[in-house]
Amino acid sequence: MSQTVQSSGDKPDENRRDFLTLATTAVGVVGTGMALWPFVDSMNPSKDVLALASVEVNLSNIAVGQAIKVMWRGKPVFIRHRTEREIKEAEDVALNQLVDPETDDARVKKKEWLIVVGVCTHLGCIPMGTATGEPRGDFDGWYCPCHGSHYDSSGRIRKGPAPKNLHVPTYTFLTDTSVKIG
Amino acid sequence: MSAPVWNNKVVKWVDDRLPIISMVHHAAYEYPTPKNLSYMWNFGSLAGFVLVTMILSGIFLVMNYTPHADMAFDSVERIMRDVNYGWLIRYLHVNGASMFFICVYIHIFRGLYYGSYKAPREVLWWIGILILLAMMATAFMGYVLPWGQMSFWGATVITNLFSAFPVIGDPLVTWLWGGFSVGNPTLNRFFSLHYLLPFVILGLVVLHVWALHAVRSNNPTGVEIKTPQDSIPFHPYYTIKDLFGMGVFLIIYLYFVFFAPNFFGEPDNYIMANPLSTPAHIVPEWYFLPFYAILRSIDFEFLGIPAKLLGVLAMFAAIIVLFVIPWLDTSKVRSSRFRPVYKWFFVILVIDCFILGYCGAKSPADPFMGLHGLQVITVGQLATLYYFLHFLVVMPVVGKMERPKPLPASISESVLKGGANA
Repeated sequence: MSQTVQSSGDKPDENRRDFLTLATTAVGVVGTGMALWPFVDSMNPSKDVLALASVEVNLSNIAVGQAIKVMWRGKPVFIRHRTEREIKEAEDVALNQLVDPETDDARVKKKEWLIVVGVCTHLGCIPMGTATGEPRGDFDGWYCPCHGSHYDSSGRIRKGPAPKNLHVPTYTFLTDTSVKIG
Repeated sequence: MSAPVWNNKVVKWVDDRLPIISMVHHAAYEYPTPKNLSYMWNFGSLAGFVLVTMILSGIFLVMNYTPHADMAFDSVERIMRDVNYGWLIRYLHVNGASMFFICVYIHIFRGLYYGSYKAPREVLWWIGILILLAMMATAFMGYVLPWGQMSFWGATVITNLFSAFPVIGDPLVTWLWGGFSVGNPTLNRFFSLHYLLPFVILGLVVLHVWALHAVRSNNPTGVEIKTPQDSIPFHPYYTIKDLFGMGVFLIIYLYFVFFAPNFFGEPDNYIMANPLSTPAHIVPEWYFLPFYAILRSIDFEFLGIPAKLLGVLAMFAAIIVLFVIPWLDTSKVRSSRFRPVYKWFFVILVIDCFILGYCGAKSPADPFMGLHGLQVITVGQLATLYYFLHFLVVMPVVGKMERPKPLPASISESVLKGGANA
């Protein structure tokens, strides 16, 4: 290496040393991070878990006013065959009364079928109100027993600590009486 | 401290090559200990004893436990019914967890009362808080392993806390679960970590004792050892006192093991985990109740931070605040014996923690202690407020305003004049 490129005369190697130290440290840090990633990522959902990502449901046995729970990705999905009154209630709410404003239209594909993930958006409990006789809360939807969240007949949060509406999964109607979730 | 001279040739041969015998001798025999330690100083070694009990009983439980979502519950029932003395080992482990927290909570409040967190013991105190955090993580994951209803839903609720964080929240929770809900991958990793963390705790305990031996034990007067008259060797004086305390402790511990083994538990955990049905009332184990009450008492937004996130932050802050109390406490006096005003605030803090515990065990909308018109959530909010006020306001302000009682000139003088009545 030529000495003539040195800028500081009395400490000739300072810049080159600094560069080498920085470069070595950077390579070490990036390398450690790259070596660590496989371990971190191994804790993410594996391929077999991801493969169980969709489920088909036959709707023909669900009478008006009835609801069922199906398992999808290890958690329940609520499918409710809504009554005229429940649909009207869901549509008549003014958006400014909602904690997480969403129209009923944006949450359903067919008005009589409400399909939501049955996991309370507060801390993940299963709200009650699907089976006949369970409390449906103050808004004709679901009631979460853990910390007292009330959801309406569109699965929207109306009262209690939950911050969001019940999540709507991706789904497609294969026929009039069959739906594929996921 | 001069190195001891070993007469036994074998001992000498080993010690010359690895001075481990000198080290143990130095730490456990010569260690100069204040001569006025009360029974409140028993709980550190008791906690160490429980840690060893937990590790040993845990190792034997693992020999019969199956960490799989379909088999875990049944394997625990098999341990209870079919494995020789399986019931004993499991009940020792289950009740040992409660005993561990009882010892450690008394140990912490002892430190708070006698100012054991103040200079030069800040690092000793920090390591203690790290041990508490590691214990909480270990206890939480251990509770999940039997895969009962409370295991499953406790795990669901607590892991969902992390979803409160903006942007990273949901991917973080999925990562913690290894799926889209609590399931077999979650059980497996909790098992792995539940086995690992006790050894991390053991390492932290070694650091804790190391730091203790560097700065020496505090004592009820809070006055440091000044002359050799102030101290006595750890052995035999405190080994025998610790042993006596251990005898009393074992009577209590084993009473629960043999006569009330499910006293601290929830009956719902003897129902196998069902992802489709949440128990009507989810409560964490008793040792988490005060923190659970703080979490739930935040049901309002503040500065645009949503209630859920704020509750999570408050719960973590309740422990994090302990790290900074060496600097929040402005009083020059360590022991509350000589602090006529702060002493009463300490009593209020203890009562406050019990009230928080009570609130954590009840539904938020229930009447507090059967009083109509007073909801649990309201009391929980007031108790949470006091908890933080105690550390953030009372400690700095009282330390400045209070006029402490005169301190004894030395530990010896205090002992000769009759301790606190001097």
